[in-house]
Amino acid sequence: MIYMLFFLVIMMLAAGVGIIFIKNVLNAVIVSSVISLGISIIFVFLAAPDVAITEATIGSALTTVIFIIAISKTKGKYSEKKE
Amino acid sequence: MRKLIGLILIFGFAFYMFTIVAAIVIPSDSSEKKSVGIDILQNSVRQTGAANAVTSIVVLYRGFDTLGEVTVLFLSALGIALLMKGGRSFKHKTEDESFILKTGSHLLFPFMFLFGIYIIAHGHLTPGGGFPGGVIIATGFFIVLMTSDVFKFRDYFLTIIEGFAGLSFIVLGIVGLFTPEKSFLVNFMNKGVFNTVFSAGIIPLIYAAIGIKVSSELSGAVGNLFVSKYGRRSENE
Amino acid sequence: MNNIINIETLIFTASIGLVVIGIYLVIAEKNLIKIIIGLNLADSGVNIFIVFSGYIKNKTAPIFSKGSLGFENMVDPLPQALVLTAIVIGFGVTALSLAIAIRLYKHYGTLDISKIRGLKW
Repeated sequence: MIYMLFFLVIMMLAAGVGIIFIKNVLNAVIVSSVISLGISIIFVFLAAPDVAITEATIGSALTTVIFIIAISKTKGKYSEKKE
Repeated sequence: MRKLIGLILIFGFAFYMFTIVAAIVIPSDSSEKKSVGIDILQNSVRQTGAANAVTSIVVLYRGFDTLGEVTVLFLSALGIALLMKGGRSFKHKTEDESFILKTGSHLLFPFMFLFGIYIIAHGHLTPGGGFPGGVIIATGFFIVLMTSDVFKFRDYFLTIIEGFAGLSFIVLGIVGLFTPEKSFLVNFMNKGVFNTVFSAGIIPLIYAAIGIKVSSELSGAVGNLFVSKYGRRSENE
Repeated sequence: MNNIINIETLIFTASIGLVVIGIYLVIAEKNLIKIIIGLNLADSGVNIFIVFSGYIKNKTAPIFSKGSLGFENMVDPLPQALVLTAIVIGFGVTALSLAIAIRLYKHYGTLDISKIRGLKW
């Protein structure tokens, strides 16, 4: 049981380091949504189901939608370097 | 240059946390704790009648913090509406979405609505409550808004519903000033039978008000972000 | 090895690791949207740490359902109520900062913060 948590934490930290090196900002937002889902699973391991439901809906669904709306409104011929 | 200074600061902070703070936090024996939370666990079923201890803390023992949180959400939705409105309204024209998206979103919306109402109504028995239930209903709303060509975004009714829900939260608190205990947000209804839907006094009513307020507020805020005239699509005017 | 891989060390590493990654993204990034992603990650890391402070070994969730074993076998419910508020407030901050970023793009034409503020480095 403890090894599941070990692999989960390793995967989340590797994804977090990967966000630093990703150039395209849309890919970084998708990886951040996966990190939010991993945090929600950690809350279940810590015996807090109320907090896990709240984090799964707010952090993984709503925040990703708002980021994608903001990215689609700030692209264009005057944006910074195309990647 | 910024990356170098950033790395030095980060390593300093991580070194401090892992050597000094970890020696205090990690070996502390966590099987014998004396805190306010353990005291609340022993008395919460007798005093409030709710089966979910976290819900009774959020609504009754710490109800004033929930009022502050509702205020912060209202301020952020107000800020988004102030920044994103202005000038003439922008008629948002979707490109030709695929047929699966259009019909799929219309079929999915009643189930998400029903699921959100279930989580709000059973907040004192199972994990959940007003906040995640309201967010689920708002997610159902803007799946339909973003992929449909039949529904338009009108925020007139959403603001009226949100105002009445917020007002009813405050009115439920002020009624407590006229009971013999004379304080804001007191539990003045009777506790009912344990572990049924109509129990735990005032908690289902407050969570219903919070759920309606959060769902209408968030769908209004995200709808404002989506149909605003600032941004890329208005370049070719 | 089994006295290093226990649950306290793993949760502590995850929480501090997320805060460190979030702060580094705020300091050393140029794209404004990646700065806001870093702010969101640091917020989530702190929330894990607060919930962990109420955890007692081998005890279960604080809900009195039909088959529950009484209040001697439950974790502390007070930090969970505080974190419920903190998650919602973190979302409010992220949404408002993204609205400000959209208006900045409209005014300056770019999202590169070294051009917006005139930083020399």
